[in-house]
Amino acid sequence: MPHYIMATRSYMSRREAEQQNFSLPVALFVPLAALLLQILLPRLSPRFAILDLPLIITLFFAISRRAPIAGTLTGATIGLLQDALSSTPIGVNGMAKSLIGYAAASLGSRIDVDNTATRALLTFGFTLLQSVLIYLIERRLLGLTGFHMLWLHELLRAVVNTAVALPIYLSLNRTRKQL
Amino acid sequence: MDFLLRFRNALFLIAVLLAQALALAVQVRTPRDPAKQASGSVRLIRMWTTGVIAPFERGAHAIGWGLRHGWSNYIDLRHVRQQNADLQQQITRMRLQEAAISEDALEGRRLQVLLAFKEKYVASTIAAQVIGSSGSDLSHVLTIDKGSRSGIKVDEAVITPDGIVGKVRDVFPDTAEVLEINDQTSGAGVVLANTRIRAILRGTAAGRAQIGNLTADSRIKPGEPVVTSGGDQVYPRGLPVGTVESIAPDPDRQPYTAIVVRPAVDLNRVEEVLVITGMQPELPADAQQDLAAAQAQHAADISAERLPGLHDNDPQAANGANAAPPAAAPGTVPVLAIPHPTPSLHTDRYTIGATPPASQLTPGAPVVPQTPPAGAEQQPAHKSRPSKDSAHPDATQ
Repeated sequence: MPHYIMATRSYMSRREAEQQNFSLPVALFVPLAALLLQILLPRLSPRFAILDLPLIITLFFAISRRAPIAGTLTGATIGLLQDALSSTPIGVNGMAKSLIGYAAASLGSRIDVDNTATRALLTFGFTLLQSVLIYLIERRLLGLTGFHMLWLHELLRAVVNTAVALPIYLSLNRTRKQL
Repeated sequence: MDFLLRFRNALFLIAVLLAQALALAVQVRTPRDPAKQASGSVRLIRMWTTGVIAPFERGAHAIGWGLRHGWSNYIDLRHVRQQNADLQQQITRMRLQEAAISEDALEGRRLQVLLAFKEKYVASTIAAQVIGSSGSDLSHVLTIDKGSRSGIKVDEAVITPDGIVGKVRDVFPDTAEVLEINDQTSGAGVVLANTRIRAILRGTAAGRAQIGNLTADSRIKPGEPVVTSGGDQVYPRGLPVGTVESIAPDPDRQPYTAIVVRPAVDLNRVEEVLVITGMQPELPADAQQDLAAAQAQHAADISAERLPGLHDNDPQAANGANAAPPAAAPGTVPVLAIPHPTPSLHTDRYTIGATPPASQLTPGAPVVPQTPPAGAEQQPAHKSRPSKDSAHPDATQ
């Protein structure tokens, strides 16, 4: 067997050892609960619409699993479900969250994402990145010239989601099991 | 093979993105027929997602409803009977007012018939409760608890008593999604009520309803009501949309102005809506009955005005304004008595009956006020109005 294949297998084994897995109920019901809360909370107050709980859950699973393919799949699934419940064409949030899931998982395998400050910074950055991606998809891909983003509002959204994400990460940490 | 293994993560991401980009292209390229649902796969995804989420939405809505309305619906029921009676009276009054308004609109209808104008009236509605939203401030969609099994179809107008909410975007067996008028993809034909300017109302990224296809017009002022025009074939004509909130030049689309409209309905707190499921060229049966009653009342009023002495022999009518109108029999529309002028306290030459008829007057002779005969004040003004020559002091000299 060639030497480089052995090296690749060795690298994969080490990374897989750092991955964290979740039980099936957690992997199914946490995203579902996030989607449900996302559509119910704005009924209580429209201000809750600034939250993006599906994004927070996508980031959490992608960072924890540290597997880009799993991160991409998680982001795509959650994004598509979010699209299906909104007025946007199916694929807008799906594409954005696929990229976010991939990038978060790739970063998760390279840096220490268990640190709270790192997680806060990642959440802030990825929330802004998602706003940029959605803007690009709507304006450039779909050609909706009338689509506008209020960038100050998007900045506020990033701050609020970061603040909300940290306690969610802490509580969800208890549900994961080390491989 | 080695290439695939080495870059499998990136390749997988590209494949997923490509698939979604293709799906987006199909959705954008496929023109949507208003009479049909969305394309098959998209509709399936939406239907499955809604099917999974809707039971939880219903449960959460039921719990929230129970908590919010449990006290008022089952415990705090004091004064409900009195309130019910008051509301019934209010309904009766409003129906009479509506009938009067309908009678006023009768002339307009005649003109519309002359012009072969096809008017449509709301024939049937379905009441539904809002059980969910899109959960995003970039998308304004409501989920209601009625669907195709209840007879709801795509592109039907959704309203409340305050005004329009939006239109049905997707219909599933037990639920439907309503696109609100402040969504970025929404549009409605409207008319500015005072200036009668037709325009198109669209949603903005900030979740506001805005008219953007009008150039600057000094006649348009904040506070002007906006109603539906009926030209979009979705919303019936004349339904309240909102009021003009602000007018400013549109920086993106010169020389057009951005007219922000404050919706008549609080779109963030809609709980119950009516879906307009049927329109008809004739008025509904109950409205026709009210209109007939109004026409009967109007005819009676005209007859009473043309026959001012109709109640002169009536002892009750002789008491003038103090006489109470007779109680109307149940099921009939009461006809009000003609009001008579109250007797004057100090008689002068302008008092009804104080001036002798013109045949008894001598040209150039001064006018001597006469004592009015008893009951003269009860006569209608136009019946014994003095002539201009005799009443004017200069005319007698």
